[in-house]
Amino acid sequence: MTTSATAVSVPSGEKAGRSGPPRFAKTVKMLPLAPAIGLMLVFLAGPILYCIYAAFTNMALTGTGAANVRFVGLDNFRKAFGSSAFTNSIWLTLVFTLVSAIIGQNTLGLGLSLLMRRSTKLVRNFVGTAVIGAWVLPEVVAAYLLSAFFNDDGTLNVILHKVGLPGQDWLYAAPIIAVSLANIWRGTAFSMLVYSAALSEVPKEIEESAEMDGASGGRRLLWVTLPMISRAIMTNLMLITLQTLSVFGLIYAMTRGGPGTKSQTLPLYMYEQAFSFSQIGYGTAIALVMLAIGAVFSLIYLRGLNSEAA
Amino acid sequence: MIARDRVSKLTANLILLGIGVLFVLPLLWVLFASINRTAGLRVELPTSPTFENFRAVLNTDTTYRPVFNGIVLCGGAALLTMICAVLAAYPLSRFKTKFNRPFLLTVLFCTGLPITAVMVPVYGLFVQLNLIDTLGGTIMFMATASLPFAIWLTKTFMDGVPISLEEAAWVDGAGSMQALYRIVLPLMWPGIAVVLIFTFIGMWGNFFVPFMLLLSPERLPASVSIFTFFGQYGEPNYGQLAAYSLIYTFPVLVLYLLLSRKLGGAFALGGAIKG
Repeated sequence: MTTSATAVSVPSGEKAGRSGPPRFAKTVKMLPLAPAIGLMLVFLAGPILYCIYAAFTNMALTGTGAANVRFVGLDNFRKAFGSSAFTNSIWLTLVFTLVSAIIGQNTLGLGLSLLMRRSTKLVRNFVGTAVIGAWVLPEVVAAYLLSAFFNDDGTLNVILHKVGLPGQDWLYAAPIIAVSLANIWRGTAFSMLVYSAALSEVPKEIEESAEMDGASGGRRLLWVTLPMISRAIMTNLMLITLQTLSVFGLIYAMTRGGPGTKSQTLPLYMYEQAFSFSQIGYGTAIALVMLAIGAVFSLIYLRGLNSEAA
Repeated sequence: MIARDRVSKLTANLILLGIGVLFVLPLLWVLFASINRTAGLRVELPTSPTFENFRAVLNTDTTYRPVFNGIVLCGGAALLTMICAVLAAYPLSRFKTKFNRPFLLTVLFCTGLPITAVMVPVYGLFVQLNLIDTLGGTIMFMATASLPFAIWLTKTFMDGVPISLEEAAWVDGAGSMQALYRIVLPLMWPGIAVVLIFTFIGMWGNFFVPFMLLLSPERLPASVSIFTFFGQYGEPNYGQLAAYSLIYTFPVLVLYLLLSRKLGGAFALGGAIKG
């Protein structure tokens, strides 16, 4: 059964095309799509359209914007890009995504899946279980476990003291690094699984013949193995970037964006503006920025898939 | 050559073990703290193990109701997702129309959208539609949010079922829904189970959506009510928090084991995603 789940590629019509039972008209045949389309129109397209509308208004839960909503043009966006809190959250989001997804999860996931091919079964199972265990945990539980781990009295400091290094309250001293490490801990399993699946399809003979030709381990990896899984690498990078951009619960439960705004990434800033400060219009403007970033990445991802599938 | 192989194997094992230990340490904390009456924040073996923490949290307000709410919420939403996804996947997988490709591309595009960003407008929409703090509304939104990915996966699994059997059924006069129900679904139930379980696990851990859309304490699922441990009373009881975390995690752990033992599980998902 598992083999049936293969390539994520958009069928180019002809391939998937078969004729159904002849007595059904085309519209009737497509009718089963209706519930899915209905839900997606109301609860996905609806909010996005609403977002585009509200982002250009002064809508608020309290104050003047609550009584009479009016269009304010680009005011919300001007306010955002002029505000240091917004630029701060953009920077933190970049750091968070770069450190935890692109560098952390991706490299560690790839490294783990490469090492696992050389390790003994016992070690492989132990590490696999631990990494996937961290992934299966609910977001908030993972956040608590890592809050405890990084706390002043936590396990990390105990270890650091044992080896003679000074400890500190990591959530206070370096909150964005702490939440990034937490996201690596929680999310690496995804990359590991994607890369394990991809590597399992790389024929051993190719690597062996490269070894016969005298290519060293590092060279073999760089010139033989990695190019063969380049598509999986692109897909994985895109997906984990998109996932990481919208991480909310993990950071909220660990630091609430603090201390101050030192770990306030874009989703937390949006939440604070929209709900703690009741500025729905401004909050949706930030949401629109996030949606735009997500849409750009999603389109690049689609293009990649399409050109590969063609 | 063989000696070098052995060295590289040993190095690989040692590095892996080191990384494994780093991943295990935070997990050990929750295990040890849950049976320790005076649990702190560091990993320590309890001197006198006790189930008192579990006893303290196993009551209606703390555990039973939130877990029940979570089952209703996530179970309902996962079922709704699955029904819509199977229905949608069938014509996409079986019939050739000009509509398929743009629809699938849209679906794939939607899987990339950050649901977090949609939450502020969804909140606004829910207030206007009077859906705030209703289980039904929250279920429908959660189902929609996971629908694009579910449609995609279900269609991929359905493509693996050969069409020849249905063609025979069509000749015998069976309708397409009958063919789906009697022929396709029985053949692809492992795929259905994979999608259903993954959808459920994702929802069970989801904090932000119920946190925004549900307000009354008696409607909150376990993912949100866990916050009550950090109430107004300062330092939370870590032992009880750990015990509760374990109880809350237990259902997804069982489902995950089921998935990986019986269905090839995460590896199948990795295979479906890697492209």
